[in-house]
Amino acid sequence: MSEIVPPEVRPKPAVPAKPSHVAPPSSAPFVPSPQGTGGEGQGSGRGSALLGYIGIDTIIEQMRKKTMKAGFDFNIMVVGQSGLGKSTLVNTLFKSQVSRRSTSWSRDEKIPKTVEIKSVSHVIEEGGVKMKLTVVDTPGFGDQINNDNCWEPISKHINEQYEKFLKEEVNIARKKRIPDTRVHCCLYFISPTGHSLRQLDIEFMKHLSRVVNIIPVIAKSDTLTPEEKTEFKQRVRKELEVCGIECYPQKEFDEDMEDKSDNDKIRETMPFAVVGSDKEYQVNGKRVLGRKTAWGVVEVENPNHCEFSLLRDFMIRSHLQDLKEVTHNIHYETYRAKRLNDNGGLHPISSSGHDTQESNL
Amino acid sequence: MADVGKTPVARNEKTSSEFGYVGIDAILEQMRRKAMKQGFELNIMVVGQSGLGKSTLMNTLFKSKVSRRSVMTTEEERIPKTIEIKSISHDIEEKGVRMKLTVIDTPGFGDQINNENCWQPIMKFINTQYEQYLQEEINIDRKKRIPDSRVHCCIYFIPPTGHCLRPIDIEFMRHLSKVVNIVPVIAKADTLTLEERDFFKQKIREDLRANEIDIYPQKEFDEDAEDRMINEKIREMIPFAVVGSDQEYQVNGKRLLGRKTRWGTVEVENTTHCEFAYLRDLLIRTHMQNIKDITSSIHYEMYRVRRLNENNTKPNGQPAIHTNGVPEHEVLSHEM
Repeated sequence: MSEIVPPEVRPKPAVPAKPSHVAPPSSAPFVPSPQGTGGEGQGSGRGSALLGYIGIDTIIEQMRKKTMKAGFDFNIMVVGQSGLGKSTLVNTLFKSQVSRRSTSWSRDEKIPKTVEIKSVSHVIEEGGVKMKLTVVDTPGFGDQINNDNCWEPISKHINEQYEKFLKEEVNIARKKRIPDTRVHCCLYFISPTGHSLRQLDIEFMKHLSRVVNIIPVIAKSDTLTPEEKTEFKQRVRKELEVCGIECYPQKEFDEDMEDKSDNDKIRETMPFAVVGSDKEYQVNGKRVLGRKTAWGVVEVENPNHCEFSLLRDFMIRSHLQDLKEVTHNIHYETYRAKRLNDNGGLHPISSSGHDTQESNL
Repeated sequence: MADVGKTPVARNEKTSSEFGYVGIDAILEQMRRKAMKQGFELNIMVVGQSGLGKSTLMNTLFKSKVSRRSVMTTEEERIPKTIEIKSISHDIEEKGVRMKLTVIDTPGFGDQINNENCWQPIMKFINTQYEQYLQEEINIDRKKRIPDSRVHCCIYFIPPTGHCLRPIDIEFMRHLSKVVNIVPVIAKADTLTLEERDFFKQKIREDLRANEIDIYPQKEFDEDAEDRMINEKIREMIPFAVVGSDQEYQVNGKRLLGRKTRWGTVEVENTTHCEFAYLRDLLIRTHMQNIKDITSSIHYEMYRVRRLNENNTKPNGQPAIHTNGVPEHEVLSHEM
């Protein structure tokens, strides 16, 4: 016959964390207990030693399955003068022709008279994860004689996407999943002059760093020697600081110490000095993406040659989700608050006595 | 000198040199880290007459004292005259994943002489949580993460009569299945033989069908064939016949949660003894995220639609000018 034994902690133990009234660390902001109405009791307790494995950690796997089923959107904007290799870089980043070369002009094609906005969408799948990538190109930016306010069409486009999302969000019968066309990231291409930022660069980033995540890159950096590159990067960082331009990842949005130390390293590396290529070469028996010159092959993914791989790892492999979250929680929320303030707000809903109605319909 | 490569490399194959690998699947790991940092919430409501083992079952599910026995009928503590709503919150951590679990108890349900409309305080509570969330959501300056006190799941305890559902069970589930995910369970199922259990379960399923009560997982929300197949198996098993226990016993050299009787030990987590393990897997290990998703995208959205429609209709029944609350607007580039 079975015998009673004192309870013990089993393998794979689930341990009770702090009781609810103890403030959790800032990185994990648990919300207050649900507030009841009227005479409802309210309590907060801490379990005794748990008897074994529950399985709450499986929610991570459940979320993974959901994500793989649903897929996700990523919208990236490229801004810079023509001929800086914007399309090539994006094609290199995503290892496929996701951006049309806006500069492969035939005799008839001219530089557009105004800044145009062109979007191309592709579905990319990798490791079972589907991503709808939209590349927003801005041909004509900075290519005119007079470039006054040439960032305005870009700013307008970004705000229009926020407006679209807001309209969907405040709809009464809204979609289960609101289509997300908001620009998650803007790659700004700096000309590899080796001197300093141009007035146009400063003005653009000053205006747009408040509404979108800007990642500045030094384009075609194979024209710079390592010394020139280091000096140029340092100067760009200094100018951004002096002008009060906060590029992504913004210091104020670091969530905790771990975040801060990761992001500080990135901030020290910025702007990334990159080279793009969609050509493959054989180097020491290995196939590499690169640019072949008479004096050697610039290996795009070799961190000793350029910082493309750092940019890719940052944008895609470590911070892609964060780029989307900062867009949603910061830039979009800022836009929304401003719009609703202009509008006098979504008028608060009066709590009427309908709570006990039989259905939600 | 380097030569141009002749053979293309498959784009989505991860080779040693990682040529062709982009890394978009890394978003899964990024999401995992975010989720582990933030933690998450699960709000469970338990409803049923006193003495059906509600608190014990919750403690068994979460392997800790997450629910207080609401009715210890000493001289001082009596069954409440009206339905009270009591919430207790706990932070549980397992393998680095933090969960804020809130157990909402409803002592007094079905324990009165006259139980007419006894579901109304519960309905009111559920809707109050939706209202709180809605008010937060429409705030201009809203929180980065809105506190979620919405009831994700309501476990309804059916007494093990062996006959059929009582009118109070039918009425409760009919009213509440529209506003919350209801998971019905046969409480204290160790009082039923296997034959009685099968008969009772079948009878309950028939009663639910006859009264058009759609319990979780609802057919209409199956997302695809795979979902449908998994959920069909669950629907065929519902209601789960469960036994709860927080006592451990030694059986064949193993420590087990169970209930010891003269004729043997009912092993709570043994699927040949009772269906507790199936309930636990459904609520926690396979469908917890889905339960939260259905709450948010179906039940809360239905509440929101109804409330906004009420709010957007003028006294004469005409819709207000801007049905979505935001007037048409020309976006200007200098707006930010």
